[in-house]
Amino acid sequence: MMILSKENFEIKREPDVILFRNRAKESAAKIGMSLVGQTKLITAASELVRNMLRYANGGTGIIEVVMNNNKKGIRLTFADTGPGIKDVKLALQDGFSTGKSLGLGLPGAKRLSNEFNIQSEPGKGTTVTIIRWKDGL
Amino acid sequence: MDRIPILRMGGFLLVTIQVDLYDRLALTLENDLMAMVSKMEARGVLIDISAVSIVDSFMGRILGNIASMSRIMDAETVVVGMQPAVAITLVELGLTLAGVHTALNVEMGMELLRKKIGPIPDNEEDLYDDII
Repeated sequence: MMILSKENFEIKREPDVILFRNRAKESAAKIGMSLVGQTKLITAASELVRNMLRYANGGTGIIEVVMNNNKKGIRLTFADTGPGIKDVKLALQDGFSTGKSLGLGLPGAKRLSNEFNIQSEPGKGTTVTIIRWKDGL
Repeated sequence: MDRIPILRMGGFLLVTIQVDLYDRLALTLENDLMAMVSKMEARGVLIDISAVSIVDSFMGRILGNIASMSRIMDAETVVVGMQPAVAITLVELGLTLAGVHTALNVEMGMELLRKKIGPIPDNEEDLYDDII
């Protein structure tokens, strides 16, 4: 996979989320992603950024334009050094939440992405990476 | 602190969300709306989200909360103007907005509210704004 561009964002407060979402949307629009694709991407981003703020007091968001076999996409990475997730499999189930939310954050973000990867270690932090390809496949 | 303006139109409250919401702002709107429903004895709440490019699970939950809280307070809520891309995304996210009335645009939303509530007493000024 080739990385065509990369931008890092520190996400510490709620309003940082809006800037990050807007920049992700711009990048997706620039590579010609459809409006539905852009909306799915930033909605997934919104869920993952919220998790990072709520459970880990923030972290780093990365926006990359990537290319694989001539297809372009946007890769978003969310990395925190928070408490980590004890049971990732459980956290990926619809309706599971340790907070008071609907528990759609992680599974919803996964459904809205073409590729989804999560790595978490209790006490060390969590890194979630998602990709949405321009053509949505 | 940022706030979303709430307009009063006869017996209805009208909210047009023109900015991207972050969680704190959405919670403030929820509180302000409930205070206004009580103070103004509003019978209907119309929320226009046509300028909103993203509704995530938190925002969806706030919309659902507003609808159920206003129902307990004897007011109906209609959400109007959802963009097609937002609707497609919401369904894939797994959020159905159960219990929230929706309409395509402000005009149809007003019509729906009128039907649900019946004629609004028109004894006050025709139309005025009350921004909190």
